[in-house]
Amino acid sequence: MPENAAVKVDQVFVLLKHAILHSIPPPLSPLVSAILSVVPILLVFPLLFAITTVLERKGLGRIQNRLGPNRTGPFGFLQPMADGIKSLTKEDIVPRDADHLVHLCAPILIVIASFLGFAVIPIGRNMVAANLDSGLLYFFSIGALMEVAVFMAGWSSKSKYSLLGAMRAIAQMISYEMPLVLSSVVVIMAAGSLSTVDIVAAQSGYTGIFPHWYVFTPWGIAGFILFMIAACAEANRSPFDLPEGESEIIAGYYIEYSGFKFALFFLGEYLGMFASSGLAITLFLGGWTAPLSFLTWIPSYLWFFLKLLALICGFIWVRGTMPRLRMDQLMNFAWKFMLPMALINIVVAGAWHFMPPGLIRWVVLSVVLAASWALFGRGISQKVRYAARTYRYAT
Amino acid sequence: MLGSGILKGLSETARNFIGSYFEKDRLTTVQFPEERLPVMENARVFPFLVYDGPDPEAGLRCVSCQICEKECPPKCITIEKSKDKKPDAVGKPQFYPAVFNIDISVCMSCQICVEVCPFEAIKMDTAFELSTTDRYGGLLMKKQQLYRSNEYYNEIHPTEAHAVDAAFAEARAAAELKTKQAAEARAAKPIAEVQRTTEN
Repeated sequence: MPENAAVKVDQVFVLLKHAILHSIPPPLSPLVSAILSVVPILLVFPLLFAITTVLERKGLGRIQNRLGPNRTGPFGFLQPMADGIKSLTKEDIVPRDADHLVHLCAPILIVIASFLGFAVIPIGRNMVAANLDSGLLYFFSIGALMEVAVFMAGWSSKSKYSLLGAMRAIAQMISYEMPLVLSSVVVIMAAGSLSTVDIVAAQSGYTGIFPHWYVFTPWGIAGFILFMIAACAEANRSPFDLPEGESEIIAGYYIEYSGFKFALFFLGEYLGMFASSGLAITLFLGGWTAPLSFLTWIPSYLWFFLKLLALICGFIWVRGTMPRLRMDQLMNFAWKFMLPMALINIVVAGAWHFMPPGLIRWVVLSVVLAASWALFGRGISQKVRYAARTYRYAT
Repeated sequence: MLGSGILKGLSETARNFIGSYFEKDRLTTVQFPEERLPVMENARVFPFLVYDGPDPEAGLRCVSCQICEKECPPKCITIEKSKDKKPDAVGKPQFYPAVFNIDISVCMSCQICVEVCPFEAIKMDTAFELSTTDRYGGLLMKKQQLYRSNEYYNEIHPTEAHAVDAAFAEARAAAELKTKQAAEARAAKPIAEVQRTTEN
């Protein structure tokens, strides 16, 4: 009986949706089904965005030995409301020479693109908006749409800073797209499917009390770290926030945006971060599955959001720790470290498949990965000594 | 190895994060409207006019010499001289300002008016919460709004004010001595002689 009740709580949203679909005329049911799948995503993730902004501001404050926002509401938790009202009532300024249509479309497109990614992320057991056979492929192609939006914003503003920011953003996003996809290839190899639901199902078993998450394998942990670094760069978050470096190019591609359009960009960035964190959870952290076998009575969607919050806190922690990279460091890191590591990781994942199970493959493959980490890391952390610059024409 | 520095940094920030909840002295910020740091003695915001004694009109040190008006770089001071005279801080009859306006929306807090004033009449205030809903009238300080007592000046800039008070006491004593000597001399000489000397 308690087993049954736990299942009911776990499936409460699914059952609710079925009940609603049964109570309406059949011709309407595809439309209503779509709406019922999409509306929760449109409600929950912006709410999470609001919570994240206040967590981020408070967390960064504490990291810097400050208190952070504490005036609006209890412990400052109504701060996002105040921010929202502020950005809604602010004047919307469009530069005179800007391409007005593109300038308007860019923030809308970035939000749409980041929302579309959530369609294939399983939030709980049987809770996914679209179970596509090529879900991962879909996710990455939608992620590439964000780059278009960013460049639209940078180009249409007709400002040198926004164009510089957009160019940096494009260079960065394309460079990091590669390790992002390659680091998730190992999961596709192990699960044998591109469908996110199948990938979670492949990780849902338990050995004793421990789960079969991919992060508990040598290639899984390496893939997870590479994926998170690349996702951080894709989301333009610190330390990879040069496209919007406040101190150099004063907010980059969204310098000419104000008021609600700026808020939309902000929302889009955070949603993009949630989407890639959600994908990391799906690929490496077992999606909605419980971390220990005796905790499966806790509803699956709660596990998903707990993991998501943990990853967000990790992002905030990293943001509070690291300074911004230089452009050449960023590119060197992508091409000289991330890419070869991701490729080696694919080889390691293949070797894992063909080696007999046991401690030996664990040790051997971990050593291979650690050695290549040290090797490539040495390569990029060596200080390049440039010759003294000579100016031929200046005296 | 790559990443060791990052881990060191992460542990440092984690220490800050957790420490800020337990060690109150880590937090360097002050919750402003409720808690305040003491205002520094050398702080300066906008000028005010000093007066001695209880009545600002009678005890105003300003003699309307208009040096500050001329020296003010952004020209935020407006002075109109009075027609009649009143005794100043030392006791000499002097003009006084009929109008003394400072537009604090123009003032740049440079303190040049204070440096040039020979009568120690204009000093810098430390009050900084001056926001107003009327940005034209509300930021134009009239003479009456600029009056601050010498006690207030002593309170906000004690070192400086003590020096000023000592100098004034000396000047007043000297002036008194002079009048006393003059009176003695007058008493010693016959009246006719005095009249003759004045005629010469």
